[in-house]
Amino acid sequence: MTHLPYILASYGITLVVVGAFCVDAWRRSGRAKRRLAALDRRGGR
Amino acid sequence: MSASQAAPSQARNLHRFANPGRFLRISGTVLPWLAAIGLVLSGTGLVWGLTLSPSDWQQGDAVRIMYVHVPAAWLASFGYANLAAASIAGLVWRHPLADLAAAEISPVGAGFTAICLATGSLWGKPMWGAWWVWDARMTSVLVLFFLYLGHIALVRAFDDPQRGARAGAILALVGVVNLPIIKFSVEWWNSLHQPASITLSGAPSMSPAMLWPLLLVAVGAMFGFAALVVARTRAGVMERRIRALLLARAREGDMA
Repeated sequence: MTHLPYILASYGITLVVVGAFCVDAWRRSGRAKRRLAALDRRGGR
Repeated sequence: MSASQAAPSQARNLHRFANPGRFLRISGTVLPWLAAIGLVLSGTGLVWGLTLSPSDWQQGDAVRIMYVHVPAAWLASFGYANLAAASIAGLVWRHPLADLAAAEISPVGAGFTAICLATGSLWGKPMWGAWWVWDARMTSVLVLFFLYLGHIALVRAFDDPQRGARAGAILALVGVVNLPIIKFSVEWWNSLHQPASITLSGAPSMSPAMLWPLLLVAVGAMFGFAALVVARTRAGVMERRIRALLLARAREGDMA
């Protein structure tokens, strides 16, 4: 395959950026769910 | 029905979908489907493009960068059009979720624009002999990237989130003028960048063996973009609810 370093770098950058967005969304969502549940428990007492 | 009756009912319909609780319920069902379709389509297209599609007679295998560069470029503009639509909904109809969606679209749009610029540079170096040239297409996409960054910064620059959302919406709407410049830059000015190979008015000037994987990745990436924005907006809705609860508790504490 010709130009392999350029191709690998292009696909690598794409995967890293998209992967970072996925992890960030997943972590934000999980953290918000846990905090909401904790607030609901405290509010219910 | 008169126009005056139609307008409030339209606004009511819009606001029916703006209820955060309803949004969380509906998006919770839709999100896994968006993510799964995006993953399957773009994964299939990328593997097809990397291994089965032919190399170009002139560019060799460097043409395979197209399968990530072109969908990222389309999504950069598509994302900005969505940011502008959310900004209109926020400014005109005061749609409660629109401001939140706009704030979540701009980082994802900036990410895809960065991918477009980086992969374009990686494609340009072996083909043109330069990482970057101040070409009309590349410069206008760089301006789009700065517009996204400006929106991200402006929305977060105010203590009052509503003022931030309004300022961001105005910037987003002003920046829409850049979208036709990006699209037609290769026709209006002499450009190193090649003109569009796929247009709405004519047959694509590309082999079907390259076109199909490209379209698969592009459609998959669009679903992936939507999944990311929906996931981030869901998190944003929950974070807003947390802030409201904490504020209410703090006020109760002050009153007691």
